[in-house]
Amino acid sequence: MVAYILRRLLVGIPTLLALVVFSYLIIVAAPGSPFLGERSLPPEVLANMEARYGLDQPILRQVMNYVWGIITEFDFGPSFSYKDRTVTEIIAQGFPITLTYGFLAFLISVAVGVTLGVIAAVRQNSWYDYLAVGISIGAQVLPNFVMAPILVLVFTLWLGWLPGGGWQGGQLPYLIMPVIALSTSFMASIARITRSSMLEVLGTDFILTARAKGIGFRRLIFRHALKPAMLPVVSYLGPTFVGMITGSVVIDMYFSTGGIGQFFVNAAINRDYPLVMGITILTGFLTIAFNLVVDVIYAWIDPRIRY
Amino acid sequence: MSRLSDSLAIPCDVQFMKYPHCRMSCAIAAACLVIGITATGVFAGSLHPETGEELSENQTFVYRLLDEVPTLDPQLNQDSEGFDILRDLFEGLLNQDADGNLVPGVAERFEISDGNRTYTFLLRQEARWSNGDPVTAHDFVYAWRRAVDPATASPYAWYVELAMIANAARIIAGELSADELGVVAVDDHTLEVRLDQPLPHFPAMTTYATFFPAHRATIERFGAAWTRPENIVSNGAYVLTEHVPKEYHMRERNTRYWNNDATLIERVTGKVINDENLALTRYLAGEIDRTAVPSGQYPDLAARYPDEATSVPILCSYYFAINHTDSAHPALSDRRVRQALSYALDRDIIVNSVLKDGQYPAYNFTHWATAGFKVPQTDYSRLSQSERDTRARELMQQAGYGEDSGISLKLVYNTSESHKLVATVAAQMWKQKLGIETELSNYEWKTYLSIRSTQEFDLARAGWCGDYNEASTFLDVMTSGNSANSGRFSNPEVDRLMQDARMQEDPQSHYERVEAILARDMAIIPVYHYSSVFMLKPDIRGWPYRNVQKMWYAKDLYRIKGQ
Repeated sequence: MVAYILRRLLVGIPTLLALVVFSYLIIVAAPGSPFLGERSLPPEVLANMEARYGLDQPILRQVMNYVWGIITEFDFGPSFSYKDRTVTEIIAQGFPITLTYGFLAFLISVAVGVTLGVIAAVRQNSWYDYLAVGISIGAQVLPNFVMAPILVLVFTLWLGWLPGGGWQGGQLPYLIMPVIALSTSFMASIARITRSSMLEVLGTDFILTARAKGIGFRRLIFRHALKPAMLPVVSYLGPTFVGMITGSVVIDMYFSTGGIGQFFVNAAINRDYPLVMGITILTGFLTIAFNLVVDVIYAWIDPRIRY
Repeated sequence: MSRLSDSLAIPCDVQFMKYPHCRMSCAIAAACLVIGITATGVFAGSLHPETGEELSENQTFVYRLLDEVPTLDPQLNQDSEGFDILRDLFEGLLNQDADGNLVPGVAERFEISDGNRTYTFLLRQEARWSNGDPVTAHDFVYAWRRAVDPATASPYAWYVELAMIANAARIIAGELSADELGVVAVDDHTLEVRLDQPLPHFPAMTTYATFFPAHRATIERFGAAWTRPENIVSNGAYVLTEHVPKEYHMRERNTRYWNNDATLIERVTGKVINDENLALTRYLAGEIDRTAVPSGQYPDLAARYPDEATSVPILCSYYFAINHTDSAHPALSDRRVRQALSYALDRDIIVNSVLKDGQYPAYNFTHWATAGFKVPQTDYSRLSQSERDTRARELMQQAGYGEDSGISLKLVYNTSESHKLVATVAAQMWKQKLGIETELSNYEWKTYLSIRSTQEFDLARAGWCGDYNEASTFLDVMTSGNSANSGRFSNPEVDRLMQDARMQEDPQSHYERVEAILARDMAIIPVYHYSSVFMLKPDIRGWPYRNVQKMWYAKDLYRIKGQ
């Protein structure tokens, strides 16, 4: 197992490197330059800016300089669009924010989603089932860009209970709406996957055998059925977790949280190459890491899986 | 142009400069003195020194920012929201008042010599940086050199070049060192600026952030991080106390500001709220005092909140650029086709039925509210729309096109609901009235800019905002080789007139002739002149509604007690 983990980590390095090179080439190939604005700059001014940020160099040279800066000094470069900050500073400021609300939303959507799914499956075609399915479909069809303005309308304007946005270091009143808005649709997906997977497991031979042996209901569900039913859920959760903690542009935009989700999208629009690259590398690194975590959890859930 | 310096020539004692009415007249100087003594800090039941309104104990102002500002470095700034903040944090040589007139800032007055070519600014002795250092002419010299120095790589370096400061262009091009810029500190409080060419509106240009002073020791010590709240040293009425990117920033009263006694608002907070509808909800919930009116909602909000919804002109013009190069559709090289396109565009429908934000139909380029500018009657502005439509059809016939012209044009715009609406309506009008097909192509921002700058279009949506309040800020765009002239329109007569206008005491007749040529050649298709629509809480007073560049200074605002 340890050897497997080490091997996977080693493979992760060239994967990440390939990600860096390809992403850089793609973002640079996108039409328009970082310094193009409503007012087109005189060529001399443009030349000075390109020289300042090394964009006058040949493309391969730029990639090499960039990678070299990361390896030797852990320097992810200056941001083109936020001139007073480096990419490292922006990520250091914004990532803890998305990590906080993303992680909380993740916990809530897993807890609520799995519970709803299990209840629905166990009491299939009952009143519970319809309610659980109804809730998850309702949550699914209400995307967060619809949820967010509705929440603000109700809780800020009508009831006056919660601030309509901001972060304030992550104080509770500022956390509630972003977490709710982000978790609902994930919760719904988790509930649906859990339900169908649980139904499948409940129909298998080993559950029938366990029932025939007279095992108690609780023990049957939690000891025998739940664990194998979680396999598809876990494979869904790996990338979902990374997606949630690296932020959502919608949440950041509607609730002014200052998270990196919105920085990422803005950076792409502004052609802020270093900032796009920085957040891409972070997301890539986390994806590799959590795919590995998911594989390890697989082995724990299903004894038939051996590495 | 002499109007600008007149307002500074009034020998009003510094003591009396604290309140706006003192700038207007010194006849009531005694009143100023009395108020000057009592106006330190706001206390319960205190009255506004000028208007006598009862002031609120809560002297704070919270407003909505569309997005995180790219920088708080005055010499690097090119953002209008960034400029709003910088005007509070820093103070340049001159400020603008509520009407857009020039009033003293760090400079008490200035003298003009050498035929509008040399400007000498006399700086006030008592101006201080927020750390207590005196503000001197050297701080301005340092900042201005910094703005053009290629090492700074400022996107706004061209602004110094536009201001015609001697050698600016050659310094930016790397041919001279930044020390050779035509600005010198004669002594600590005398700044002399030499221009390459006469420029009557030069003093007005000094109100922009690029020309704000900079504190050398701070910049050299902290590098790019000098604008953080913990590092920044500034000389304006406010200091930056908190800044969380993409969330908010806060600026508070600068007790070392030379005219601190006149400041009423204690604290200003800018909150970043991207979505304009959400910002409106938060405004209605009382979280913010000022926000933009979402597109198309102005009539409704004005009816429900007549004291709060406002539409005022701002110096920006919306137009369709026409491609005058060979890459355009050949029909566009015929002046009559260009005229027909413009004539057939019913601007009243676009402004009153489609956009509904109080914009103004435009038949010329320069915004009507530009100082000293009288909108000239262009060939087609006098006609009614049905006359224009008839004329447009005749022009198409003369150009040799029948009912179905067979012309298909590519109209590009950047992705946005309102641009899409305008483009769709325009395309419909051209199809119905002229039989011209329009292929609408929307692109995301940078792609659109790239297409526009390489003339891969027939028509392109464009907007232009004045850098200073004088007609040349618009009309210079239409000169040959101007980098903003994206259709590459070129007319030697326009170039000559605009060059000549700089030497004129009253250039209005030159501008009228240029506008007439633009209308005759139909260099662009003007669509509308912008308005700024926003909601402002009724207890916030002192807002400069008549300032067409939206230059508001928090030091001039105050909050009255709730009615």
